[in-house]
Amino acid sequence: MPVLELQGVSQEFGGLRALDSIDLQVEQNSIFGIIGPNGAGKTTLFNVITGIYPPTEGRLIFQDQPIAALSSHKVARLGIGRTFQNIRLFNRLSVIDNVKVAANWNRSAGLLASLLGLPSYSREQSQSQEKAEALIDMMGLYAKRMEYAQSLSYGEQRRLEIARALAAVPSLLLLDEPAAGMNSSEKLELMDLIWKIRDDMQLTILLVEHDMHLVMNICEQIAVLDYGRKIAEGDPDAIKRDPRVIQSYLGVER
Amino acid sequence: MLWQQLLNGLTLGSTYALIALGYTMVYGIVQLINFAHGEIYMVGAFVGLFLVITWDVNLGIAMVGAMAVCMVLGVLVERIAYRPLRGKSSRLSPLISALGASIFLSTLMALIAGVNTRRYPAVVDLSSYSLGPIQVSSMQVVILLVSAGLMIGLQFLVRRTRIGKAMRACSQDLDAAALMGINVNRVISYTFAIGSALAAAGGVMVGVYYNAVWPYMGTMAGLKAFAAAVLGGIGSIPGAMLGGLTLGIMEIMGVAYISSSFKDAIAFGILILVLILRPQGILGEKKNKKV
Amino acid sequence: MRQLEQWITGIIDPYYLRIIILLGINIIMAMGLNITTGVTGQLSMGHAGFMSLGAYTSAIVTLKLGAPFWAALLAGAAVAAFFGFIIGLPALRLEGDYLAIVTIGFAEIVRVFFLNFEPGGKAVGLSGIPQQTSFTLVMITTIVVIFFTQRLLSSRIGKAMYAIRENEIAAEACGINTTHLKVLSFVLGAFLGGLGGALYAHYMYYISPQDFDFMRSIEILNMVVLGGLGSIPGAILGATILTILPEMLRVVAEYRMLFYGALLVILMIFRPNGLLGNIRLYDLLKPKREREVKPCQS
Repeated sequence: MPVLELQGVSQEFGGLRALDSIDLQVEQNSIFGIIGPNGAGKTTLFNVITGIYPPTEGRLIFQDQPIAALSSHKVARLGIGRTFQNIRLFNRLSVIDNVKVAANWNRSAGLLASLLGLPSYSREQSQSQEKAEALIDMMGLYAKRMEYAQSLSYGEQRRLEIARALAAVPSLLLLDEPAAGMNSSEKLELMDLIWKIRDDMQLTILLVEHDMHLVMNICEQIAVLDYGRKIAEGDPDAIKRDPRVIQSYLGVER
Repeated sequence: MLWQQLLNGLTLGSTYALIALGYTMVYGIVQLINFAHGEIYMVGAFVGLFLVITWDVNLGIAMVGAMAVCMVLGVLVERIAYRPLRGKSSRLSPLISALGASIFLSTLMALIAGVNTRRYPAVVDLSSYSLGPIQVSSMQVVILLVSAGLMIGLQFLVRRTRIGKAMRACSQDLDAAALMGINVNRVISYTFAIGSALAAAGGVMVGVYYNAVWPYMGTMAGLKAFAAAVLGGIGSIPGAMLGGLTLGIMEIMGVAYISSSFKDAIAFGILILVLILRPQGILGEKKNKKV
Repeated sequence: MRQLEQWITGIIDPYYLRIIILLGINIIMAMGLNITTGVTGQLSMGHAGFMSLGAYTSAIVTLKLGAPFWAALLAGAAVAAFFGFIIGLPALRLEGDYLAIVTIGFAEIVRVFFLNFEPGGKAVGLSGIPQQTSFTLVMITTIVVIFFTQRLLSSRIGKAMYAIRENEIAAEACGINTTHLKVLSFVLGAFLGGLGGALYAHYMYYISPQDFDFMRSIEILNMVVLGGLGSIPGAILGATILTILPEMLRVVAEYRMLFYGALLVILMIFRPNGLLGNIRLYDLLKPKREREVKPCQS
């Protein structure tokens, strides 16, 4: 059963068609890759899925629920977490607060409970503290948990963004160019991390990535975008052989 | 009555438009509300007054002198209060710095010239002519003609000259313009200089027209002119002109037909409504947020 | 409580007493603006508008309705909070600079309204307001306000407000209802502004629209900016400096605003986060050797 389904999704910006009737089915528990040249509409696709732009046309179904009309935070609360291509952390919050603030908002103590320190609030505080510490530990950031996010190195910031996305216990995780700016050993670690997240947390991962080696190695299914259209979809071997893909993308890069 | 109010509104509106142009040009390029712009206008009015009193010059020379002084002042304010902040801190910092510059300038003028309202000696003959049912004063003619002339000049500058093209390039995309070899700092200085000169011309003319110049005259005029710029669509030069005229006419009409005691509230009421209903203004373009 | 009050007024010089009371009121209002602007990052340049609503509402409640003081305080704060809600709504559609203008416009409209408001005495203002704001009351209120603000800012709602300031799109993507919290930040800020205004009215005996002009808004904003946007000790420090300094500079009172203006520019250039912005107890307590290794922050 697909966890996420896109039916004829299009997105226009003042006459420019950034996405052109995209159909996509992302299977439960899979690692799904989206590739394509710059400006193909990959990040726009993520923005449409996460409710930053409502799609001009088409239907988005997440776990049997239409999400196209929902605002960004509602999509997040339903269980879609994401990272950003250009890292967007809460720079002047500590590492641990970056993660804690993202923990499940569905059942959160209200304003009065927080002000008065009611039991529901204290319980929530200690739970989210434990969970956040565990996530930060998993990302190897425990020693830096009290530092400001802005003082972390680039690679650490990328990992913190993943930890933050996981804090809300999503069932679908969107990673926007997670390997950007990493060297090859960091990329290997990242691949292990992505597998580990998928297996430990039983979630589905949708990722946009330029690094072909990484995509071909970890993705079970790949869709190729070009000028806002989906030009191919299949497993890594099929994609490598697809003539249109080679012509428009792979051929240029290799 | 209606035509008379329309003429008065048009006169007031063209002075708003002159100030609004400075706001909109600066905003178009550096996305900053230059709060000190109203004070530049006030300084312009005082420099004009000073020239008229000290050397008994005519209105034209007083205006040119005020424009020259304010060009320098505008560039200085940008150098001292805005440039050190550009591109390195949050959006809030330059705004607060601008506010500081504005308070500094008006208080400084209050210390130099005193807080009392000064009057212009008669520089133009204040007779008025009857044109059918309406009375036209010679100062109104001067304001309308000079404003129109300056705005046409500005259009020519922005459309036809090299620096104008550089300005338009910078307002499209500052980083890309810099990569194309445009000296961005120079363009920004020019923008501040031109905007300040227009405001100074407005200041002198308003000082003569209402026969009143005081150190805090820039605050309200500046806020209203900014309202006009937003009304027309901030970043758009024709928008600032249109917004200024619209605001001037609406304010005069409001005073004439509703109540004069709510004069200052009318401009802001309109502004808030516009921002809520059509945040991009009359002529502004809607922008998609970048992610 | 009355005995305590008598004892205190007996030992503290009335001049200092007055400064301390005004300081408490300023801290309360700075706490409010700090939530809206410092923490949530929604620039409000019209805090005097909320103060004015609180002052007039409470004064009218005690003068015209003869209601008890606590009811007047509550009414003033509640009316201000209601307008905070109204002003918070455009905040949802507007980005920083536009919002600043809307808040200025709002405060200006409030001022013009009271200039023409018959029950408020129009331009003359209201006088004869019973002086019920006592030293003890201001101190207790200030401490309670600081306590609850601290509570709020260390809670998840508070952290989410910081997150909105830092990166709104990412905050949404984390499931934070930015709409809801931005309006809440305005309501809370306005509530404290109104409370401060109500205390002010019942201390000063006399209020007029001129007490709540644009410069007053700027003064409160200055307190928050000077001390450090988003920091509670910062807002307290800022309020303290800007309450006491003008008293010390009384001889050169005309230069006060000149100094304020220059201060804002210089602060933004050299310490855009304010005196205490970005400094946490944690950093100060860290052993020195560890601090030296830490990479420098930009």
